[in-house]
Amino acid sequence: MPSIHPVADAWSLLETMGGAFFPKIAQFKPFLHKRLEPKRDSLSLKGCRANVEHFPKPVSETTIQVEKLVKAYAGVTAVNEVTFSVKKGEIVGFLGPNGAGKSTTMRILTGFVPATSGRATVCGYCVATESHKIRRLIGYMPENNPLPDEMRVGEYLRLRGKLKGLHRRRLKTRLNESLEMCDLTRASSRIIGTLSKGYRQRVGIADAIIAEPDVIIMDEPTIGLDPHQILLIRDLIASLRGRMSIIISSHILPEIEMTCDHVVIINSGRIVAADTPENLRREFVSRNTYQVEFKGSPERFAATIADANLDLTIETQENGLADGYRTATLTSPGENDAGELLLACLARQPDFSLRSVHRLKPTLEQVFLAATRRSWEVLMPTPPSPKKIG
Amino acid sequence: MRHFFILIRQEVKNLSLAPGTYVAAFLFLLVMGFIFQGVVEAFSTRAHEEIPMVIFFQLFWLPVFFMVPLLTMKSFAEEKRQGTLETLLTTPVTACQVVLAKFGASYLLYVLLWVITYGFNLILYHYAKDPRLLESGPLLGGYLFIVLSGMLFIAIGIFASSLTRNQLVAGILSFALLFGLIVGSRYLADFSIAGPQYIPLSKTWIDYLQVFQHVEDFSRGVIDTRAIFFYLSTACFFLVLSTLTIDSKLWRS
Repeated sequence: MPSIHPVADAWSLLETMGGAFFPKIAQFKPFLHKRLEPKRDSLSLKGCRANVEHFPKPVSETTIQVEKLVKAYAGVTAVNEVTFSVKKGEIVGFLGPNGAGKSTTMRILTGFVPATSGRATVCGYCVATESHKIRRLIGYMPENNPLPDEMRVGEYLRLRGKLKGLHRRRLKTRLNESLEMCDLTRASSRIIGTLSKGYRQRVGIADAIIAEPDVIIMDEPTIGLDPHQILLIRDLIASLRGRMSIIISSHILPEIEMTCDHVVIINSGRIVAADTPENLRREFVSRNTYQVEFKGSPERFAATIADANLDLTIETQENGLADGYRTATLTSPGENDAGELLLACLARQPDFSLRSVHRLKPTLEQVFLAATRRSWEVLMPTPPSPKKIG
Repeated sequence: MRHFFILIRQEVKNLSLAPGTYVAAFLFLLVMGFIFQGVVEAFSTRAHEEIPMVIFFQLFWLPVFFMVPLLTMKSFAEEKRQGTLETLLTTPVTACQVVLAKFGASYLLYVLLWVITYGFNLILYHYAKDPRLLESGPLLGGYLFIVLSGMLFIAIGIFASSLTRNQLVAGILSFALLFGLIVGSRYLADFSIAGPQYIPLSKTWIDYLQVFQHVEDFSRGVIDTRAIFFYLSTACFFLVLSTLTIDSKLWRS
């Protein structure tokens, strides 16, 4: 085929040579083509404009969009086709056992680590090619929360604020606000190297929120905090709801359950479940559990339960309570709540004195265990058969 | 640009607050004082044409070999090891700004330490009262050489530090690179005398690299623009390499 245009030829050569290293080259191609094409009538120009409108600037409803993200280290796939999205003002919790790929996903989102394949955008900007724009929009607290040991708390936060583009008056107010929010005001002149783990952790959190970014990414923010501080951080995160999108990862499941609108459970680099805590509970733990405290003979109790025909099974019965009361745990399959009927049935019995009936909500822990177990079963459908010896 | 000033101010502040800086500066000046004293002693036994400072400048390699690696090895290796480079590079700063700030701070300290050594000459003048000691030509030339060559040496140190997260490796690497540059170029010159068949480089090229020749020229007051260009361009080259290393995402795993 004869050459159409020398510039176009040179371009295609450049693209094949450099395209692999500089993906941005491809973005300029349409402009070049437009310039090389002979001028057409206004009709086709209209068509061009319509084409442009096909790719509008992403709407701000979804702040984080991750599609089929893959990260492979030498021989190990740390993140495998992970897809999820975070809406504006939403708090998303990342759950997963150690080495599941939570930190890697977070680091890819900050633009610090490149993904092997897939696409991730933050506020409409691609993390791979527009990392400089992403950095203005995120507050990131890495795993292990690295801090310079020789600096003072206030000094460090002021430096971070400046680097994140805060100016004098705003820097001052934001610094004071974030110190106060993290209960660090009294520690602001202490040297970071001498601080305890809980303080260091809060310095990291204060750093993440100081510039009021659109997106906050925190890798295990509550690790090493005492219950009082955990409460403080939980309130802090909850107070940011609606204003910023937050992704946190944690091992402490009640933490996630209480603060997060959305939970993503990852195991071996794959997402095994992603939904609201309520829906996850319904999906993974489809039974009700009740705890009953009563005084009376255990056999009689078992017979009563069997007679009531409520599809209840007695899991455990303990007579450990000092005042003669026993505790029994009952379960019923399915989603229907049998609590009211159970209460009525037991209250009718004159032989028992009933003290309490308590419906146990399945914890996220159970959901987590069920979800990860299910993913293991998917990954390894049959156990390897034992080898014959001899 | 604003980020660069924030970062360099912070680096200088860190250096000026760290007790280690003062200990290092004191020991550096102590060693340099001994060297200067040795030079003066040699002058007392035998007459020389130059002033003591010229000989002193020609011994520049001694402090360079131990001082430059020690000054620069911490800069990136420590931040990588601590993980603070990750928090730094996820703020809106560029790798270039970070490299320039680290370079600038180490370079300032290096030049400052050398400027203080001028005090040795003043002390000598105080006792000897010889006006030749304050002759401006050799002194200006010598310090110009220190300022120019310092750029390259510190840039090499920064580059070595950007390659690894281990300070020891960074220190040894910058020492080896400096040794290769300063002493190795002299070896090359010796070999090239033996004949062109041993070294495939032309003599002009090898002469261009002679750091010892540069210092001799400068301290005699001969300002050679080729040498100025050599130090500026190679310093830029190593700084660009450091920026590429820091910006590269290959080491981030």
